Amino acid sequence: MPYNLKEVVANKPSRFTAGHRMCAGCGAPVVGRMVLRALKEEDHAVIANATGCMEVSTFIYPYSAWTDSFIHTAFECAGATLSGAEAAYVSLKKQGKLPEDEHTKFIAFGGDGGTYDIGIQSLSGAMERGHDMVYVCYDNGAYMNTGIQRSSATPKFADTTTSPAGKVIPGKMQSRKDLTEIMVSHHLPYVAQTLALNPFKDLYEKAEKAIYTKGPAFLNVMAPCPRGWGYATDELMQINKLAADTCYWPLYEVVDGKYHITYKPAKKLPIEEFLKPQKRFRHMFKPGNEWMIEEFQKEVDRRWQDLLDLEEVTNK
Amino acid sequence: MSIRERLSGNEAVATAMKQINPDVVAAFPITPSTEIPQYFSTFVANGSVDTEFVAVESEHSAMSACIGAQAAGARAMTATSANGLSLMWEMIYIASSLRLPMVMNLVNRAVSGPLNIHNDHSDAMGVRDSGWIMLFSENNQEAYDNNLMAHRIAEHKDVQLPVMICQDGFITSHSIENIELEDDETVKKFVGEYHPEHYLLNRKEPIAVGPLDLQGYLFEHKTQQANAMRNAKKVIEEVSKDFEKLTGRKYSFFEEYKLDDAEIAIVCMNSTAGTTKFVVDELRSKGVKAGLLKIRMFRPFPTVEVAKALSHLKAVAVLDKSDSLNGAGGALYEDVVSSMYVAGNNVPMVNYVYGIGGRDTKSDDIESVYTDLQEIAKTGKIDNPYRYLGLRKGDAK
Repeated sequence: MPYNLKEVVANKPSRFTAGHRMCAGCGAPVVGRMVLRALKEEDHAVIANATGCMEVSTFIYPYSAWTDSFIHTAFECAGATLSGAEAAYVSLKKQGKLPEDEHTKFIAFGGDGGTYDIGIQSLSGAMERGHDMVYVCYDNGAYMNTGIQRSSATPKFADTTTSPAGKVIPGKMQSRKDLTEIMVSHHLPYVAQTLALNPFKDLYEKAEKAIYTKGPAFLNVMAPCPRGWGYATDELMQINKLAADTCYWPLYEVVDGKYHITYKPAKKLPIEEFLKPQKRFRHMFKPGNEWMIEEFQKEVDRRWQDLLDLEEVTNK
Repeated sequence: MSIRERLSGNEAVATAMKQINPDVVAAFPITPSTEIPQYFSTFVANGSVDTEFVAVESEHSAMSACIGAQAAGARAMTATSANGLSLMWEMIYIASSLRLPMVMNLVNRAVSGPLNIHNDHSDAMGVRDSGWIMLFSENNQEAYDNNLMAHRIAEHKDVQLPVMICQDGFITSHSIENIELEDDETVKKFVGEYHPEHYLLNRKEPIAVGPLDLQGYLFEHKTQQANAMRNAKKVIEEVSKDFEKLTGRKYSFFEEYKLDDAEIAIVCMNSTAGTTKFVVDELRSKGVKAGLLKIRMFRPFPTVEVAKALSHLKAVAVLDKSDSLNGAGGALYEDVVSSMYVAGNNVPMVNYVYGIGGRDTKSDDIESVYTDLQEIAKTGKIDNPYRYLGLRKGDAK
């Protein structure tokens, strides 16, 4: 359906409201607000949130930034909690205890800690069981809420408080886990990876597809963290753009097993462009550490090529 | 009109759940409670209930899904044992703090480690202060009846707390005994419909559940929870009276068996009460004034009533089917002792830790406790109040 995104943004009331306490320059609220914009105005939503920055900054008793129904229980179980709410909806609807012509959508938000790590079991279970829900991971690549500890989403060599760049060990020594691919392996009707790339079209459209595809859907959204990554607050959108243009964070979707890369940069930029503005990679630019950048680049290239191949193979 | 049947404890619970017809059941199998979700999923598969059965991937998710479901406005139920409950532990506290009136059957089993699948009460004792109402059941009948009463207790506006119904793993969960069931319509009418005041699926009044609750508010919120637990006493009494009117089966906070004129008594919970009643009868026929106080309502703990019921005795033994590993005594013993102390009742009291890991507790064992009590009653002397019953001598150094 043709639409004008500017009009959507201007006219649809925000369901994730101002007044929350997330940091200036944080990528997560942008994601939360935009995902909820993809809801039809007449639809109600039940939102679950894993413990994390987003939760502790948006629902501090007695204030809530969410205009829809919202539930937070614990760190590792947003998937299971929301699956229970969805099961309640299915049951009550079946029994005629809820109006037939009114719809409720189920959306979970979790950071990479609550999703890649402690919450992966709960997420996997909920997705496998086929609940009609969307799980949105806002991936800022470390446990930011507790103070920038490494997660399995932290990129290799990044300096975090539990993988500090020291004299002997130069930051995190392991590569990022590819959660999007793990979710693809669940054979879900809809899986996508995106970020807030101006003018948010990619994020908005994927959110809409995820919400309105029947069954379980997963969105992995890169969401930079100014404190953890070490960039100035006004650089958020630039960092997002560089992640897409270097193919560090490829934008793609997998619909019923078919890959579709939704953004192919006209000119694929070298990875230094993405790494350089971030303090967490500062040590990689010291003389003698060129190998780190080379290795990082190789890994990005390999994963990008894999994706191009997958797109080709699955659309034959 | 009651229906005579023969069912195991697990079958009795599953039957109650079928008649209650909850909106959501989320459960994960664990011995010895596995049969409950197993029987129940058959009811779901055959369309005899309206329930959405969520076959979760762990007990942590079972409790999380029940929380999500109940907060959404549904009646949710689950069942577990031992390590399953241990894995739920984080969510157990969250369920009660969110004031979600769900019902869980806990088929009691020893908590690891080492691994043991048999009955004791270490699982229940681990969550005794988690804000759940805890009802214990001597046999299949009581487990069934407690389920029928649980939702009305939990959902009462002055309570709004989850209920846990305990029975002994294998001993009652797997033994088939006679039982009186109520017909489906009677149960449906007694349990009533669930109409929550605030719930996630009410689009007319969206709510937010589970905040970050800081120094300015948490204290008051926890006290509200504590008050709800205090309120539960009256509600449990009322619902039990209604239930007695309906079925003729009488329930209160505890059962007093030949306690009125007793001189010595045992306090215990669950199936051991059955064995104890048998021993009390034997002793009575020999002229020994033995009695029993069987706790049904463990949380909230009926301190005043227990102290009153035991005040006239010459010696009391409290049986704990879980060792508290605190160097002081079992959990039930401590509750009974402090109830007595606060009431100013100076009755000699001893504690027996027994039945750990499913160790069989025979009538001879119970009789030996009464023999000890007779001696204590005579002399008023207790050399060691923290004792073991049925422990092999020599091996436990």
